[in-house]
Amino acid sequence: MSLAPHLPALQVVIPLLAAPLTVLLRRRGLSFALVLAASWLALAIAVSLWWRVHDSGPISYAMGSWPAPWGIEYRVDALNAFMLVLVTGIAALVLPYSRASLLAEVPPQQHYLFYTMFSLCLAGLLGITITGDAFNIFVFLEISALSSYVLIALGRDRRALLASYQYLVMGTIGATFIVIGIGLLYLMTGTLNLADMGNRIGAVQGTRPVLAALAFLTVGISLKLALFPLHQWLPNAYTYAPSAVSAFLAATATKVAVYVLLRFYFSVFGHSQVFGRLPMQEAMLLLALAGMFVAAAIAIVQSDLRRLFAYSSISQVGYIILGLSFDSKTGLVATIVHLFNHGITKGAVFMLLGCVALVMGGTTLARVQGLGRRMPLTSFGIVLCGLSLIGVPGTAGFVSKWYLILAAVQQGQWWLVFLIVLSSLLAVAYVWRFIEAAYFHEPRRDIEVGTTVPWSMAVPAALLVLATLYFGFDTSFTVESATRAAGQLMAGRP
Amino acid sequence: MTMLPEQAMVLALLVPLVGAVLIALASRTPNVREGITLATATTLLLCVLGALPAILAGQRPGFTLLTMMPGLDIAFRLEPLGMLFALIASGLWIVNSLYSIGYMRGNQEAKQTRFYVYFALSIAATMGIALSANLFTLFLFYEALTLLTYPLVTHQGTDKARRGGRTYIGLLMGTSIVFLLPALVFTWALTGSTDFTPGGILAGKLGHTGMAALLLLFMFGIGKAALMPFHRWLPAAMVAPTPVSALLHAVAVVKAGVFSVVKVIVYIFGADTLASAGVAGAADALVALAGFTIVSASVVALGADNLKRRLAYSTISQLSYVVMAAAVLAPLSLIGAAMHIAAHAVGKITLFFAAGAIYTAAHKTEVSQLDGIGRRMPWTMAAFAIASLSMIGLPPTVGFVSKWYMVSGAMAAQQTLVLVVIAVSTLLNAGYFLPIVYRAFFVAPAAGDAPHGEAPLPMVLALCATAAVTVVLFFVPDVPLALARQMVGP
Repeated sequence: MSLAPHLPALQVVIPLLAAPLTVLLRRRGLSFALVLAASWLALAIAVSLWWRVHDSGPISYAMGSWPAPWGIEYRVDALNAFMLVLVTGIAALVLPYSRASLLAEVPPQQHYLFYTMFSLCLAGLLGITITGDAFNIFVFLEISALSSYVLIALGRDRRALLASYQYLVMGTIGATFIVIGIGLLYLMTGTLNLADMGNRIGAVQGTRPVLAALAFLTVGISLKLALFPLHQWLPNAYTYAPSAVSAFLAATATKVAVYVLLRFYFSVFGHSQVFGRLPMQEAMLLLALAGMFVAAAIAIVQSDLRRLFAYSSISQVGYIILGLSFDSKTGLVATIVHLFNHGITKGAVFMLLGCVALVMGGTTLARVQGLGRRMPLTSFGIVLCGLSLIGVPGTAGFVSKWYLILAAVQQGQWWLVFLIVLSSLLAVAYVWRFIEAAYFHEPRRDIEVGTTVPWSMAVPAALLVLATLYFGFDTSFTVESATRAAGQLMAGRP
Repeated sequence: MTMLPEQAMVLALLVPLVGAVLIALASRTPNVREGITLATATTLLLCVLGALPAILAGQRPGFTLLTMMPGLDIAFRLEPLGMLFALIASGLWIVNSLYSIGYMRGNQEAKQTRFYVYFALSIAATMGIALSANLFTLFLFYEALTLLTYPLVTHQGTDKARRGGRTYIGLLMGTSIVFLLPALVFTWALTGSTDFTPGGILAGKLGHTGMAALLLLFMFGIGKAALMPFHRWLPAAMVAPTPVSALLHAVAVVKAGVFSVVKVIVYIFGADTLASAGVAGAADALVALAGFTIVSASVVALGADNLKRRLAYSTISQLSYVVMAAAVLAPLSLIGAAMHIAAHAVGKITLFFAAGAIYTAAHKTEVSQLDGIGRRMPWTMAAFAIASLSMIGLPPTVGFVSKWYMVSGAMAAQQTLVLVVIAVSTLLNAGYFLPIVYRAFFVAPAAGDAPHGEAPLPMVLALCATAAVTVVLFFVPDVPLALARQMVGP
């Protein structure tokens, strides 16, 4: 029996099975090795799925051989194949990083639990991404959310508990809204299969329950993706979680939520319905712009780097949502490319901040004074990522910004072009806060430098920084994948 | 050894990069490090010269490095104006390196390795700008140049440097992100190309308002050209060590600005397109804007007592000469614009060299302190005087040549405003340069001055060399003139 046809199932099953095994093993080293192997396998599977989709089009996989729409269908198309590569790629880098990082931040007896929760979270995110079933999305959403509450609560600072609790409350509200939305759609279409739902919704389009479903799903998913003003949970979660968790969540969790939004808007409701007949375009546009400016302005006045970059994430989510609100192919390309580019950039930033926290004992701007002298490479890496957040050419961020501006120009929306570039100036301001702290101050004498950065942390971080630069020059993978995905979404096919 | 022009171009891009790496490796041995800087600069000039015969023969060598996004290439193509710019930047880098050695050691500056590394990297970015085949590539290197010069501007690491750096990065990145990037995307969305093409690519693509708006976006977006009101980064950058002000803020960075302006006008819009009846107002607006900058910057320079600040405002004014001449659009004024890029470069670098020499030898920074300094530093102040003549536009200096073409072009195009601006500004130039020369040579030195002589020898050699070039180019302007004529077309 060949395993190749079952790759879509294995994509989720492998990390899902790794989770209980770590509880049985209970040994730190063994759990680490197991989850590491699982995440690397997951990456290999994601890459091979991406290739198959690239070569021969979407894959449909019937779970337990029950054919869709009755059974659960896993469906891989250009969009989620691309997302799978992002999520598994980040996981494959965060895991080796986590080992040394956890030693400094989490009591050793809890480490195996970290790996349990991490593999559950990974399985959840992959499940959301790969499944073609609406209720399945909800189930995996809860798996990933519950495990990420635990992961955040593992943070050393006691405020991590509060952050986790805050996220728990907000996340649960979000999940409830989502399940109500899905329930309403099931009520009206009689199916849970996304593709089937997309086909049948035409008959009931515009009815009140469908509109209500759209509203519930929009609010619920927006909570998950931290769309302004539903972002309150995010800064604390990113700030107080263990470094490895911040890096993983910042790079993947909100991105997968955006994927869900894209899926429902374009594959289920249909973009002509969402944007054409309802004022969703204006709503999303306004919220995106508000997020871009308000969150970036808040980022400028932060005194802790993790919080600064957390607010930067909320601002960047604004770009992502702005792209989709254009309701054009170029806009979607911008959204999807930025999902990826921002994911790797923020993953790199939070990994590097973890290194800073390890050595300097914290990430407040006062503490990192003179970082350019103490940790020249780490500091330079953060600068490079900062340039990508600004969108300086030669970095991944530039590519996304190019498409975003192009989308605005193609629609003749000049005022939007200027708002986009003006908000980049705010990014310049918050990135320069770090640069001035790191390079224009002598290192603080009163702070004992803890250790040096271990290789297991430095190498994954460096790889992500290099990826941020690489995808600024070679866009064949990102832009081509995004263009194909955008084409499929605009055509309304799931 | 003969070199294919394409090979020369690849080398011109690589040599400064390799040089930067070698300089970093030699950080422990200052003499080797400075030796590498000089050797790199010389090699670079030889590479650029290697491509000169081909360009003069009418070839336009080029190659594509990589495709960044569908339809957007990082590509290089050498044409006459780029050749001229590359020649100026690489040639003056040698002289400037010599000068830097004297200055950095004479003033016991810290972090000298970092200084030389970023200097070489900035030159690499400048070469990228000079050689770029399309606007997209130019934009890439333009932004790189801003970022790479930031550590040089803030070299001192003081609060003042940090503030200056903020203005520098804020205005340069601000204008390029807010104006230049949208202009670039718009051009691409409109034409599907950003290639520098003789005759331009925008003919017939835009109406009058659109063309004028796009032109202004480009002109304000190229903040390095220091068109008012986005000029303040240049005085702010004067907080840098003088060799940085000399090569970067009199030659590489600001010339990258006006070079881009001329490139955009000639190869993106096309002089004929801009001059055509429907859209004539756009260029006229630019002429007025540049004329205003010329006069008002000169007035500010007149009142500035700090020598480097006066030079900075003089630079702002002189840069707008290039912009104004380009906006006149007549072939003769375009030649004048190209010539002025060269003329101002050699003249202004001499003036900055002199300012740095005065600071190093006498620790003086204000014009009012310069009484009688010509007696103690005769070579320096003689060079200063020659360069001043070039700024004013008097023979026997190259400044006269460029001004001649600009005036002829304005006459041919019957642009009275331009003639008035040139006349007024020439008077103003004389008004703020000649008193310095007068003070230096004809006023008795103040009583309590500590005795001093000339600055260290490498510095004096450097400034005499550039002053000599200012005169030589008056008598033999063949090469730059030939390149400028080729740019305008047969």
